[in-house]
Amino acid sequence: MTKHNCFNYLAVPVRRLALAGTVAAAGLGIAAPALAESVLKVVPHADLRNIDPIWTTAYITRNHGYLVFDTLFAMDENLEVQPQMAEGHEVSEDGLTYTITLRDGLTFHDGTPVKAEDAVASIKRWGQRDGMGQKLMRVTESVEAVDDKTLTLTLSEPYGLVLASLGKISSNVPFIMPKRLADTDPNAQIEEIIGSGPFEFVADEWQPGNQVIYKKFEGYVPRDEPASYAAGGKVANVDRIEWRYIPDAATASQALMAGEVDYYETPAVDLLPMIQSDPGIKVETVDPLGTQGVIRFNFKHPPFDNKLVRQAALWAVQQADYMYAIMGDPEYFEEFCGAYFMCGGPYETDVGSEPLREKDIEKAKALLAEAGYDGTPVVILDPTDVPVAHGEALVTAQALRDIGMNVELAALDWATMTSRRAVREAPSEGGWNIFPTWWLAVDQLNPITNISVATSGDNAWFGWPENQKIEDLRNAFAKETDLEKQKAIVEELQAELYDFVPYIPTGQYYQPTAYRDNVKGVLTAPVPFFWNISVE
Amino acid sequence: MTDTTIKDPSLGARLRHRADVVVDSLQRNPTMLFGLSVLLVMAFMSFIAPFLGLPSPMEQSPRDRLQPPSVEAFFGTDMYGRDLFSRVLHGGQVSLVVGLSVAALATAFGLAIGLVTGFMRRVDAVLMRFMDALMSIPSILLAIALVALWGSSVPNVILALTIPEIPRVVRLVRSVVLMLRDQLYVQAAIAAGTSTPRILIRHILPNTIPPLIVQATYICAQAVIFEAYLSFVGAGTPPEIPSWGNIMAEGRMFFFQTPAIILYPGAFLAITVFAINTFGDGLRDSLDPRMQRSV
Amino acid sequence: MIAYIIRRLLATIPIMALVAVFVFMLLHLSPTDPALIIAGDFATPEQVDEIRRQLGLNEPLYQQFLSWAVNLLQGDMGKSIYSGLPVTTLIGQRVEPTLMLTLCTMLIAITLAIPLGVIAAWKVGTWIDRTVMTLAVLGFSVPVFVIGYLLILGGSRKLGWFPVQGYTSILDDFGGFISHITLPALALGAVYMALIARMTRATMLEVLNEDYVRTAYAKGLATRKVLVKHALKNAMVPISTTIGLGVALLIGGVVVTETVFAIPGLGRLTVDAVLRTDYPVIQGVILVFSLTYVLLNLLVDLSYVLFDPRIRY
Repeated sequence: MTKHNCFNYLAVPVRRLALAGTVAAAGLGIAAPALAESVLKVVPHADLRNIDPIWTTAYITRNHGYLVFDTLFAMDENLEVQPQMAEGHEVSEDGLTYTITLRDGLTFHDGTPVKAEDAVASIKRWGQRDGMGQKLMRVTESVEAVDDKTLTLTLSEPYGLVLASLGKISSNVPFIMPKRLADTDPNAQIEEIIGSGPFEFVADEWQPGNQVIYKKFEGYVPRDEPASYAAGGKVANVDRIEWRYIPDAATASQALMAGEVDYYETPAVDLLPMIQSDPGIKVETVDPLGTQGVIRFNFKHPPFDNKLVRQAALWAVQQADYMYAIMGDPEYFEEFCGAYFMCGGPYETDVGSEPLREKDIEKAKALLAEAGYDGTPVVILDPTDVPVAHGEALVTAQALRDIGMNVELAALDWATMTSRRAVREAPSEGGWNIFPTWWLAVDQLNPITNISVATSGDNAWFGWPENQKIEDLRNAFAKETDLEKQKAIVEELQAELYDFVPYIPTGQYYQPTAYRDNVKGVLTAPVPFFWNISVE
Repeated sequence: MTDTTIKDPSLGARLRHRADVVVDSLQRNPTMLFGLSVLLVMAFMSFIAPFLGLPSPMEQSPRDRLQPPSVEAFFGTDMYGRDLFSRVLHGGQVSLVVGLSVAALATAFGLAIGLVTGFMRRVDAVLMRFMDALMSIPSILLAIALVALWGSSVPNVILALTIPEIPRVVRLVRSVVLMLRDQLYVQAAIAAGTSTPRILIRHILPNTIPPLIVQATYICAQAVIFEAYLSFVGAGTPPEIPSWGNIMAEGRMFFFQTPAIILYPGAFLAITVFAINTFGDGLRDSLDPRMQRSV
Repeated sequence: MIAYIIRRLLATIPIMALVAVFVFMLLHLSPTDPALIIAGDFATPEQVDEIRRQLGLNEPLYQQFLSWAVNLLQGDMGKSIYSGLPVTTLIGQRVEPTLMLTLCTMLIAITLAIPLGVIAAWKVGTWIDRTVMTLAVLGFSVPVFVIGYLLILGGSRKLGWFPVQGYTSILDDFGGFISHITLPALALGAVYMALIARMTRATMLEVLNEDYVRTAYAKGLATRKVLVKHALKNAMVPISTTIGLGVALLIGGVVVTETVFAIPGLGRLTVDAVLRTDYPVIQGVILVFSLTYVLLNLLVDLSYVLFDPRIRY
């Protein structure tokens, strides 16, 4: 542990002092008397059901992955990619060959050193599952280990997003696993969790639906830089982390207030006044980038196969209605955000957003009439067990009814929805017209990671929109390396998006996190990271 | 049931007789009258709710969410700004329809199967094994699985709650049938060559009705509660159309902050179920005092 | 007696087989496709198909059932589709909380409800009787989650006597176990208490009218002695039936109670598995539940011997 890690430079000064104190004490660990094991008790946002972060895209499994695994590159708070396991990298003159060197001291939890061949196998497995990974693999000729410490990635054509892909912060993250695990068929789950990250997964104590236990990995050597998003030094300051899944939101907030748990990842905004009445609890928006609500249309079936009907829907809804319904307190959402690629992101722009900003029922009705809407029922999937999505479904239903559409809400649970949204048949035959969901800003920040703007027809994300112009602009974006030129492409793209309407962004909101004041060093990041946190 | 061994009056006469007993006992049994009156008031309020000029129970107004009770909204508003009073009143419709339908369907199916199994030994062996199997699966888990399978809708919830109840009704009917089959007048009817359906309808069926009616009230009460449980675990009726159960399930997060969302529908539900149970107890006491043993 | 037990145990086999077939058929008609849930947002249809194949969901139904049944006979219930953990492990993790919750609920309910029922019968027609019976009907009428939340509000939030949620193993920390289990057991106990109190009262009323009880009174025996020794003992057969069969009623509440108090028990395991169509887990848990139910019935029948020497098997 080095002194560079003492500073959580994002935190307020008071906490910085407190943290410096803790770390200093920890630094003297050998001399100090054996302290009781420090435990951080967390209520995560969901139950960890799958432990293979390549096999599934679930955010909870990604968060689990960050505790256990490490990455070659990582995104920092400026949304720039920094080396993490990598010592550094070199790009050949022609821009086609990337040579990556691993830093010293990397060890897997089973005691074996991390080698380049492990990284190669991990990248290959990830490249078969992840959307961005698949794109990268399409332009990749080979990934090879040169020696134990060096690997090369050779492209067949220039590609602007090599590091952005390898340093991807959200699902699926290219985590590095031992080769023996990474050789698992990407369509099957790995059966053992051995990583080289700051915490070890305690398999014996894992109880799906109840608890997940991690313990500090003594062999982890953090980087010297301060922690910044997924980049920088990942210093484990607690001996043990316990995830306790509490399905009932009311019970979970009571548990936090009673001090039975220390950290509640996603308390409902509506419960904050009650939680904050306890002076021992801090509420903080840990993810500064936020989340984007998404109302997705089905392009295969009427009426939303018609562009005019989708435009009518755009005029009929208002983001504030969604945001009040699902978040309640305006402190935690933007009154309006017209950027498909997030407000506050590098590609924020307001181009073309007027139909979304203004609510004009007459105009919407006129568009419907022009489209010749004949009262075809509109099936909106309504996952009643997920409050955010349920709220989006209800608000959409009312907005569409207000312009004279015939709406059917199909109540179901989230798990059933993940199946039903893949049904390509007509809504009357078990399909759908609209489903509600959301994406973290880190996933929506650019036209490549934002898969809801992919418009490659049958190969696109659920809803299967087809639009060659949008696809061409996305490809142009991927090849471009200059930020200003990328921005110009995004402006053109967004204008087209507001005309084509692949989905409705229902608003940008910020999920607060609540923790007790014995918890110090909570990092600001779009993913809840548990390194750098200490417990008093 | 002792009277049936002596005389065997016609079905209609006996039903009229039973009806007289009920009316008579309503007069003598004030708790039963109380139960019935409360139930009728609840039902009346639910079904006239659409004509009271209340705000629509589905009309959202996200900016006016979680408002405290006021003159405009007697119970305040829920998290989508919908009028809670209107939702609770309307919610009685779904809850009562579910309760009554489950009671009616479970009794009807149970009666039909029970009569057949009780009287035909060969069918009995097979059907009762199946009933035993069905009964050994906890009813709420079976209902959750059925709703998950069929999808969330009021008819599906009704069916899912009905199926686990059927074996219990079958057992009840079957026990009555088995008891009666050996009675002299039934044996005499069989010996006289009366057809089986005729024996079942004329001699057996009337005797199963009093215990069945009592059983049906309990099934009804339990179904109203189970509807709430189904909503609670995420397998209930679609929450856009309110039921007492899904109002509570949808608003349960707010219990410690805005308890009204749970307590008002909860109170309506509890009072109704209480009334049904009280009515059932009264019915049981007057129709068949001996049935006190099967609570 | 032994022969009877063996005969009864053998009779459970066809029932269990029926349950197994029924549950299997039911589940595989489900519209939820676990492969799609696992595959997530980026998978191609080919990948989804591949996952389905890996999970063995592409084989014909009868073949899936056969291989499941064969494994079951060897004590292998398969693995959870999601976590990849053996179903026996998952059930093993969850048995204790549910078992303890049920037992504690029964214990509280029986110790409170039987005396209440006896007193109500003894004081039949008085305000005591009416109060007990009204409370009993009320116990049937309030949903268990409302009782649960009210108990958290009172017992944890206001008084601070009990933890809000969770479970501590009785083997690890007895004090912690008691404080964690009290509120859930009380919440769950309401219905059960109501059931037993009503049954006790009804049976006692009947027994108190029997000749031998009147004789006992006439002999000048103390009321308490008559009530407990003569009347209650004879009333125990139907009461114990109710206690046994009432467990089935408890299960409905268990599912909800476990959710409210975040107790990692079998009820929640089942609901989670049902909603996500985790076939092997659902099949395993339902089998365990129905086996318990069948065995419980056997126990109830055997308990008659204890209370009524006239009954022999």
